[in-house]
Amino acid sequence: MVEKKHKLLEVKGLTMDFGGLRAVDSVTLEVYEGDIAALIGPNGAGKTTFFNCITGIYNPTKGDILLHPKGLKTRRLNGLKPNKVTEMGLARTFQNIRLFPDMTVLENVMIGRHCRTNAGIFKAIVRSKSVRDEEQQIVASSYSLLEKVGLADFANEFSKNLPYGAQRRLEIARAMATDPFLLLLDEPAAGMNPQETSDLEKLICKISTEEGIAILLIEHDMKLVMNISNSIVVMEYGKKIAEGAPQEIKDNPKVIEAYLGEETDA
Amino acid sequence: MLQNLKQSLIVSVWFVFLTFPLMVVRVNTMNQEVIWRWMNMVWVAIGSFILSYLWRYMLARQQVRKKVTDEGGEIRSKTQLLLEDMSFRYKAMGVILLAALVFPLVFDTYQSTIMISALIYVVLGLGLNISVGLAGLLDLGYVAFFGVGAYSYALLNHHFDLGFWISLPIGGILGCLFGIILGFPILRLRGDYLAIVTLGFGMIFKVVMENWDSLSFGPSGIANIDKPSFFGMDLNLANSTIYIYYIMIAMVIFTILVTNRLKNSRIGRAWIAMREDEIACVAMGIDIARTKLSAYALGAFWAGMVGVLFASKTTFINPASFTFMESAIILSIVVLGGMGSILGVIIGAFFLILLPEYMRAFSEYRMLAFGAAMVLMMIFRPQGIISNLRQTYQYKGLKDKTNNG
Ligand SMILES: Nc1ncnc2c1ncn2[C@@H]1O[C@H](COP(=O)(O)OP(=O)(O)O)[C@@H](O)[C@H]1O
Ligand SMILES: [Mg+2]
Repeated sequence: MVEKKHKLLEVKGLTMDFGGLRAVDSVTLEVYEGDIAALIGPNGAGKTTFFNCITGIYNPTKGDILLHPKGLKTRRLNGLKPNKVTEMGLARTFQNIRLFPDMTVLENVMIGRHCRTNAGIFKAIVRSKSVRDEEQQIVASSYSLLEKVGLADFANEFSKNLPYGAQRRLEIARAMATDPFLLLLDEPAAGMNPQETSDLEKLICKISTEEGIAILLIEHDMKLVMNISNSIVVMEYGKKIAEGAPQEIKDNPKVIEAYLGEETDA
Repeated sequence: MLQNLKQSLIVSVWFVFLTFPLMVVRVNTMNQEVIWRWMNMVWVAIGSFILSYLWRYMLARQQVRKKVTDEGGEIRSKTQLLLEDMSFRYKAMGVILLAALVFPLVFDTYQSTIMISALIYVVLGLGLNISVGLAGLLDLGYVAFFGVGAYSYALLNHHFDLGFWISLPIGGILGCLFGIILGFPILRLRGDYLAIVTLGFGMIFKVVMENWDSLSFGPSGIANIDKPSFFGMDLNLANSTIYIYYIMIAMVIFTILVTNRLKNSRIGRAWIAMREDEIACVAMGIDIARTKLSAYALGAFWAGMVGVLFASKTTFINPASFTFMESAIILSIVVLGGMGSILGVIIGAFFLILLPEYMRAFSEYRMLAFGAAMVLMMIFRPQGIISNLRQTYQYKGLKDKTNNG
């Protein structure tokens, strides 16, 4: 039986202006359940800005961002605060790693559990059984996330002391702690060596298949993108210039032109 | 090593040369003779040599530390290791508690009074530690909340004859409310702007109290505030000081307990995360506005409460007790002690409050020493006396898989 896949995220005509600069120019994009979608394009194309608009860091100038959680009402994300967007089930990582450096690795992940737990100030002071149980649960689920990304041995290290590649994986674990159904990864392989990149590739596939989390990633490593993604959107100067399956994108003359002279690993 | 000694020697010779006309030669114009104070020269030489050597030694040590941490390694000092040892911690706490309890019985009223004011600053430091140390929200007007507490008790006592024990929570809650009132307009501010607005808030409080005669009795203040009653009995000065001392000890313990629990709770983690990276924090689903307001409110709560005690201890308050200077001292306690570290703040408070008390002879140089201490601290130990300890968690069932949990 061929069932149409459920559409999770629908971005229509998204435009973002910074003064006179149009960083994102009416970009339309859709992410379906089970997708590993990729957003590629040269530096400065507006990919990160696109992420920032979806996740509420910026309020887009024009366009609609619609989230269709499975079994729930459709929500328009425009103008929502980032924390609300995360609560809806859309988590992200950052291109320039933004961990909490003076917190331990485990605590970093525990922060992700914040919006799924609810002990308040008074409960924290009294520290009743329910609060202690909740804390235990936070620790246990955070720890098992660390195991999934292979950082369990560093649980009590300060996150600033982790090597670069591990910091990127920690960001993924932290984002996953918020129980998302869609995960946005901004250049997760940047600065990684080939071994780390191939580990990351496996990790992303695992998240997609085992956790059932759809993924939208920005990435410059073409090998990685071609290997794991099932649909690709290409941006240049804020505009979407191509869209399709990896093979189509590879052969698209517009994309080849956009990347001409650009450094690529492909 | 040898290099350092040589350098220090050069510095000391240089200083001797520089200070020679001031420190050694003295011309007595009356009977036209020159006095040569050679001893002074020796002191200058020795003093500057030792200081210079220490300076170099500390800098070198810091260089080494920085190198190690840059290479991904980690240095954990002996104190840090000691503090992480639980059994040592409990023993030390027991000894300190015992010492604190017998203190007023061993020493006289004067000593107890000094100790009470140090303890007041401990509570103030711990309160400010919530907003500045944990949540990373600079507050240069913290003394206003202290004033709110003090004035609320003074006025409630003056007009309605309300007792200390009822006023204590009222003062705390009013402090809290003012924390929220201050919190709202500055939700969007950061860094310098936050500093200016909070500074202004502290100033406004003082100016209002000085000028709103019908409410606060202006600069002349409010006198004859009741001391805490002891089951309806009136105590003499010595006994009431001891009584207040014990109330203060209880309050400090209460504050430590609560702030420690908050620090290691879901809310406390959110505060720290907000301090570390606000964007990442909000992107992880934490409501920044709520988190900020809760930090200000809870920080102000302690100031309000201890303000009530301050008013009842001095039995007289006026706006002069709530100057910017006080805010600066409380902030220094937090910074000097170590942002976010409870033990550090306690040590910082004793250091900054007791030292000037016992060195009255040098009171003129107090601000100078204060500034020098701060500068030295920023150079050699920017993380404060006690740097933050890592919070480790136990994982049921998963414990055997980790060797450092
Ligand atoms: N906050 C901002 N203010 C002004 N210009 C911005 C801002 N953020 C991004 N830009 C601009 O938008 C363009 C797209 O940037 P970005 O989204 O970071 O590109 P990419 O992630 O594709 O490399 C760049 O020209 C950048 O300078
Ligand atoms: Mg980018």
